[in-house]
Amino acid sequence: MGRFLAALASRLVIVVPYLWLLVFFLAPFLIVFKISLSEPAIAMPPYQPVFDLAGGLAAFFAKLGNLSFSNYLWLADDPLYINAYLSSIWIAGVSTVITLAVGYPIAYGMARAPASIRPLLLMLVILPFWTSFLIRVYAWIGILKPEGLLNQFLLFLGVIDTPLVILNTTTAIHIGIVYSYLPFMVLPLYATLEKMDNSLIEAARDLGCPSLSAFWKITFPLSLPGVVAGCMLVFIPAVGEFVIPDLLGGSQTLMIGKTLWSEFFNNRDWPVSSAVAVILLLLLIVPIMLFQRSQARAREAGN
Amino acid sequence: MAGNWSRFNIVSLVLGFAFLYLPIVLLVIYSFNESRLVTVWAGFSTKWYVTLFSNRGLMDAAWVTARVAFLSATVATVLGTMAAIALTRYTRFRGRMLFSGMVFAPLVMPEVITGLSLLLLFVAINFDRGFLTVTLAHITFSMCFVAVVVQSRLVTFDQSLEEAALDLGATPLGAFFQVTLPVILPAVIAGWMLAFTLSLDDLVIASFTSGPGATTLPMKIYSQVRLGVTPEINAVCTILIGIVACGVIIASIITKRQEIQRQRDERAAARIIG
Repeated sequence: MGRFLAALASRLVIVVPYLWLLVFFLAPFLIVFKISLSEPAIAMPPYQPVFDLAGGLAAFFAKLGNLSFSNYLWLADDPLYINAYLSSIWIAGVSTVITLAVGYPIAYGMARAPASIRPLLLMLVILPFWTSFLIRVYAWIGILKPEGLLNQFLLFLGVIDTPLVILNTTTAIHIGIVYSYLPFMVLPLYATLEKMDNSLIEAARDLGCPSLSAFWKITFPLSLPGVVAGCMLVFIPAVGEFVIPDLLGGSQTLMIGKTLWSEFFNNRDWPVSSAVAVILLLLLIVPIMLFQRSQARAREAGN
Repeated sequence: MAGNWSRFNIVSLVLGFAFLYLPIVLLVIYSFNESRLVTVWAGFSTKWYVTLFSNRGLMDAAWVTARVAFLSATVATVLGTMAAIALTRYTRFRGRMLFSGMVFAPLVMPEVITGLSLLLLFVAINFDRGFLTVTLAHITFSMCFVAVVVQSRLVTFDQSLEEAALDLGATPLGAFFQVTLPVILPAVIAGWMLAFTLSLDDLVIASFTSGPGATTLPMKIYSQVRLGVTPEINAVCTILIGIVACGVIIASIITKRQEIQRQRDERAAARIIG
């Protein structure tokens, strides 16, 4: 009886979360794909059903002919969507590079800190991550506004004569992304840098290598797994970001997460917003696979 | 990689932390501003906190959010811990690749996609949107974060401890609850807290999956933020930051104590065995 229970328990440990994710993670994607192929309708839900299993298999196959890629053609036709995709990838890419440039020195400084204060530093990086994303983005509105704190400060210092326009520009989105995602960059970088064997760098120095070139030849290449993981953790969610472009970017800037949101909530066009989501997912598949692989490698190294 | 802590290292840390904390500190300071104009300091006042508590809509939203966060974090912790065990203990089972993919993908999945897909699922199965759908959605994405946190603890767990318990006649379930669970408990608690705050923070997924009567606090804050920066919102944010900061600090103290206790136990056990 005990053995049976144990076997059952070990089964359940796999089966329960597996089923949960199949139903609430994988199945929804299939539904998104299905609805992206249907025609919009003025009804609730606002689309024409593509499949209706009630009619049996014959009806199912008859309906297959009705599938339309018109939503996708619509996306390809309208430069608005293509521009939104391109500018999302561009903005996310630039922000990721800036985040790396800002995050690396922080992670490096943490890894070289005395072991006794490292837990404290780690906690200081993690703490903002626990604080609401929305709140942290909101905090920047008050800083970046034309009459905001940054401009007041710069005017006070006499650096500028007229307030800078930062809010509602792409610059504000970059600042928002770098700020919000910085902990995601620092943590994996710190994890690889901390494990690194310092004697390698000492050996290089002993052999006459200047510290800067020792960094580029040894430290940086060895930290690449952390760089890849950090960049993916920033880049992938940033491409589909909604809150940051909406609150800091204003109406001028174009990002696909915002387009999807307004397509869904303002235009109530579910099929088109599903098509937008499918294309976004396809664009992100390669970086997501890269991320998965780097995670799997890290786990093997951990084992 | 401890080395010499150069001046460059210290300066980059100071600047980095200033960048991370200054916006939050400014937000907290200006929540105590007398003036309605958020960026002009007009003296200390707590009046925005007082008006807050008479704001019925805000209080209702806070209550909804607290219930969703508590419920979803609890279920997500159970499911996420199971997923972590499945991934570390059972290296071969049919569909393991798909399973690990489904555990890690939500960590980076843009929220608009997760939100839209869950909403379409609920509509497809004719599930009325409201409290329950938001909770289900939050369980789904936060269980993956729990799984990652717990898994990182499980891989360093010495499995021979559990085997020893089995040799001494413990049932597998007993061995799990008496040996493994106490060791990974700090990670499980950290996972719960992470799931709780993720749910507390979420705007996008909640906006898609929520229905009438289940407006969460982030949704409420968002709708007010769109109208402009106000000291009331600063006050709400300050309270939320305070709650989270207290929680994190308490949790880290608990974890630290347990860690010390565990190391002491392990040393004692090693002495007996050795």
